[in-house]
Amino acid sequence: MEALLALWQGAFGSAYAVLSATLVRTTPLLLLGLSVATAFRAGILNIGAEGQLLAGAMAAAAVGLASTGWPSAVAVAAMIVAGIVAGAGWAFIAAALRRWFGVLEVISTIMLNFLALHLVSWLVRGPLQEPTRTNPQSATLPDIAHWPTLIPGHRLHLGFLLGLLLALALWVMWRHTAVGFRLRVVGMGARAAASAGRVAVDHTVMGAFLLSGAIAGLAGASEVGGVTWGLYDGISPGYGYTAIAVALLARLDPRAVVPSAVFFGALEAGAAAMQRDAGVPSVVVQVVVAVVVLAVIALDEWRRARAARGGVGA
Amino acid sequence: MIEAILLPFLDATLRTATPLLFAALGELVTERAGLINVGLEGIIIAGCLGGLVAAGAGGPMLGFVGGMTAGMVMAALFAWFVVTRRADAIITGTAITLLGLGVTGTAYVALYGDAGAALRTPTIGPIALPFLSGIPWLGPTLFTQSVATYAALLLVPAVAWWLGRTASGLALRAVGERADAAAAAGISVERMRWGALLFAGAMGGLCGATLVLADVGTFNEGMSAGRGFIAIAIVVLGRWTAMGVAGAAVVFGAAFALRSLLQTLGLPLPYQLFLALPYALTLVLLAAQRGRAVAPGELGSGLDR
Repeated sequence: MEALLALWQGAFGSAYAVLSATLVRTTPLLLLGLSVATAFRAGILNIGAEGQLLAGAMAAAAVGLASTGWPSAVAVAAMIVAGIVAGAGWAFIAAALRRWFGVLEVISTIMLNFLALHLVSWLVRGPLQEPTRTNPQSATLPDIAHWPTLIPGHRLHLGFLLGLLLALALWVMWRHTAVGFRLRVVGMGARAAASAGRVAVDHTVMGAFLLSGAIAGLAGASEVGGVTWGLYDGISPGYGYTAIAVALLARLDPRAVVPSAVFFGALEAGAAAMQRDAGVPSVVVQVVVAVVVLAVIALDEWRRARAARGGVGA
Repeated sequence: MIEAILLPFLDATLRTATPLLFAALGELVTERAGLINVGLEGIIIAGCLGGLVAAGAGGPMLGFVGGMTAGMVMAALFAWFVVTRRADAIITGTAITLLGLGVTGTAYVALYGDAGAALRTPTIGPIALPFLSGIPWLGPTLFTQSVATYAALLLVPAVAWWLGRTASGLALRAVGERADAAAAAGISVERMRWGALLFAGAMGGLCGATLVLADVGTFNEGMSAGRGFIAIAIVVLGRWTAMGVAGAAVVFGAAFALRSLLQTLGLPLPYQLFLALPYALTLVLLAAQRGRAVAPGELGSGLDR
């Protein structure tokens, strides 16, 4: 009971909890949830959002550290571009392995997650280590590379706004453009889409994979620019895996990813408070994530079974 | 000089290949039944904690039983969703993996507190086989291994024999090649797949328990470190045969063992490069395997979309 109260207080107990904790943790989950939803919709099982986020974070940190003397807007824009390119590039490895070598992306993206983890570990002890060379972390980014906050006095930053805009853009693309239509068709069945003729499946899958990676890379840039202002091990507490639950709970609908991300953001923020105040370990979030995913699967299956019965009985 | 470097490397290779071999043999049987189990990672980590807890209560042998039980519980959950309820195997498997990592992390802190990382369990020692360990040069290394390594190596011909030479093995393969045809021939697809998954759960749990009881000697959050996914890659690289799986497992054991070789040699390379090696190797070998693999028919929908 005390733990649950701490969880609620940490997530929604005050304006500070909402604007500086919950929504700040919502931001990466929102972007990554959109990334996962984009891939899953196109039938790509991209479990690599974590690695693509780290790739984006590495690139954005490198650019941000080099941005001393630039105008602030240029520095922030350059970090966004660096994050997007790096995330898409990291996803391209898995996309290329799937397209030209037939490697299952579930395995390749997981392997790439581990590779990204070790790459970060090397960078913060090597080329990007802070000047005194004592701690395994980068120097703090210059002030001009810090992303602008949305509400004075709170930590909520530009990344959240980008996430909201992206959710809207993806929804419009999905519903109202030819590209979105092709993605949906390919996701429903690659073979049917190919035999219908008008859809270039390989191109569409590659495009969706890169888009998914680009969005995850943006999430990495957003964490570095808006939250951590530097690079270190454990920059993401597994946001890329939580994002799978975010996307599934939202039924892969970009609009629904927003409340779904807020739910898990609140859970992360609340769990951190719970660990601090009630001593309950915050890994419990992963358990909730897994239970939500399993519940969604069970519910889907139950609906399907009911629909099948409904055809005969009711 | 060569012996001082090579023999410890060989020893470490066999030690690190052992848990991978257990998990991959389980995954082999699962895939021959026509399913891919990406929840294996969650099964392994459950086996790690189950092994540690049970060993703490009743010694290492009970630890192995505890690891297998924990793995089978996770596998049963996966089987209920995927086999009984026909849910998507990849999504369910991902959830099982997250569940395993989350539950073990939470349970470990709950059982042993934050300082639990310091908790150690004695590892089982190597046993020198009579006569064989007396063979000059390689004998003392190859035949002075833990009981887990011997068990894993004995399982290889056993699984090969069972899959290839017994009626139930044939039925399992039939389910994996053409489930509808097997069902028409009177084989229960559900029962075969449940059986395959429970076996895989026991093997995955054994993988985790071996990691704790014969190698590391303690539990760390996320200590399975991708072994479940590497085991899946090992099955692909071993071309869905028990012998092939054994060979591929030794290759990956060597990749993991290179870490300790590096320490012996003191090469001026970043150690992260060696930590990353097994994962990079997985990608390279899977890419090189292109077009040469003969996957069980029912896996086709999952592997070749």
